[in-house]
Amino acid sequence: MTESSLRSAVDIAAAVRSGDISAVEVLEGHLARITESDAEIHAFNHVTDDAAREAARAVDAAVADGRDPGPLAGVPVALKDNLCTRGVPTTCSSRILEGWEPPYDATVVTRLAAAGAIAVGKTNMDEFAMGSSTENSAFGPTLNPHDTTRVPGGSSGGSSAAVAAGFASIALGSDTGGSIRQPAALCGVVGVKPTYGLVSRFGLIAFGSSLDQIGPFTTTVADAAAVCEVIGGHDAGDSTSIPQAFPSVSDHLDDGVEGLRVGIITEMMGDGIAPDVLARTRAAAEALAAAGAKVDEVSVPAVTFGLSAYYLVAPAEASSNLARYDGVRYGLRVDAPTTTEMMEATRTAGFGDEVKRRIMLGTYALSAGYYDAFYGKALKVRTLIRRDFDAAYEDFDVLLSPTSPTTAFEVGAKVDDPLTMYLNDVCTIPTNLAGHAAISVPYGTGDDGLPVGVQVLAPALGEVVMFRVARALEAGLK
Amino acid sequence: MSDRITPEDVAKVAKLALLRLNDDELDRFTHQLADILEHAGDMESLDLDDVEPMARPIPLVNVFRADVPGVPLDRDEVLRAAPSADDGRFRVPSILGDER
Repeated sequence: MTESSLRSAVDIAAAVRSGDISAVEVLEGHLARITESDAEIHAFNHVTDDAAREAARAVDAAVADGRDPGPLAGVPVALKDNLCTRGVPTTCSSRILEGWEPPYDATVVTRLAAAGAIAVGKTNMDEFAMGSSTENSAFGPTLNPHDTTRVPGGSSGGSSAAVAAGFASIALGSDTGGSIRQPAALCGVVGVKPTYGLVSRFGLIAFGSSLDQIGPFTTTVADAAAVCEVIGGHDAGDSTSIPQAFPSVSDHLDDGVEGLRVGIITEMMGDGIAPDVLARTRAAAEALAAAGAKVDEVSVPAVTFGLSAYYLVAPAEASSNLARYDGVRYGLRVDAPTTTEMMEATRTAGFGDEVKRRIMLGTYALSAGYYDAFYGKALKVRTLIRRDFDAAYEDFDVLLSPTSPTTAFEVGAKVDDPLTMYLNDVCTIPTNLAGHAAISVPYGTGDDGLPVGVQVLAPALGEVVMFRVARALEAGLK
Repeated sequence: MSDRITPEDVAKVAKLALLRLNDDELDRFTHQLADILEHAGDMESLDLDDVEPMARPIPLVNVFRADVPGVPLDRDEVLRAAPSADDGRFRVPSILGDER
């Protein structure tokens, strides 16, 4: 068995566990691709090659000794740089955290390591996960491996590019308004935003705490299921963690879609969505119908207000969460005579424009006199969105939409116009506001030959059926 | 929410958020924030009077753990990451007399 024939985590783990290939050989193949191409792609902020080699040798030793090396034995994983890794720089692609080495690991990092996965490095992102193109990184943009004149999407663009380029078999990202699903779509890989509370946020650097959720990037739906089952499930370190295991999605992947009711979201199939993306989404719906699903259109009216609500709720939460970057306990400090001046100088030098924009927007939305008009209203719209989703799920098992309105756009095309950039997330944001689950599955290419992703949405804890539908889409494409 | 945000409003929130803006930034951010808030004006068309606000997806409940000592973070490791530390504590510049 050769390293280059192995892409999927399930295949790598099976080969490593059976001794057909060593974890070291798998790792070296991935590190070689990083060395060869990452200077151009810039998926990584930091590559942990020495620690990875040590971890791979430990997996091989376990196999040699007849010990269980774990369900993801020898699988190279890339970690978004907002996941805390003990003793390994964790920057959020921000100057304000440059060089910071956390004193603990995120729960998902601990669980992946215990499952035998090999962390190869920390991936580039939009600063503090605020963006849809990975151009807001303080350390320079990541480029799309399919076409290096294009963005990989964002904010987890380093993670999606790392998987698309074969630098890692799997990656983790975080999704606050689409930051896993949109880059997955633009890079032609699978991306999952699990139900809020199903994956511990302990050690995930907070952006919008009522919206943030960690999830995987993978090349197959089965890999995504396997990773979710490893990283998911209750964690006492996160007070919003749901006290149950991640649903057993892998067991039901190939149950098919016969009789399932699939609703195409009317509001996400019109204005603002590129014709080639619409065509691929309709093709996905037809494929599901051909496989036995009952497919129909459904209106979820309130989702059209998702963008407005999100860009008040997320900045409001961010303005509070990012108050902790004050030059006292970690990260950058710009010296000044008094503490207040020091904090002001540190934050002014340490945050990029998009982060400042959202902190100010959130501060404004929460300020006296504007709270009811902005933040309070956005929270009510959130209720409407959940209510309309709930109504749709009375008649449908899952919903279907495009993931991103377009294929990957050119580097620099939208970076000067925040509102235009925000529109990239119009199909993904409502899921976060509702706390529901969704997955983006690659479904062919657009007119420009670049990947298109189709989104399958499910109610809270609806992962089993969501993964079945995603698997059916993937299988139908081959 | 029909009144557009002004440079004075932006200067005020910047100060509250401990951010300094130069004149160019103040002008640019004012325009950008106004565009975003204007887009949010579409919520005006909704009748929200009888709608409960939703601050989080899962109802907030107290989560208790057993009252037994855990293993805290290593103090030296935590302080090593600080820009300045002294005698087991975080060190900051003067905090008295900096009212502005």
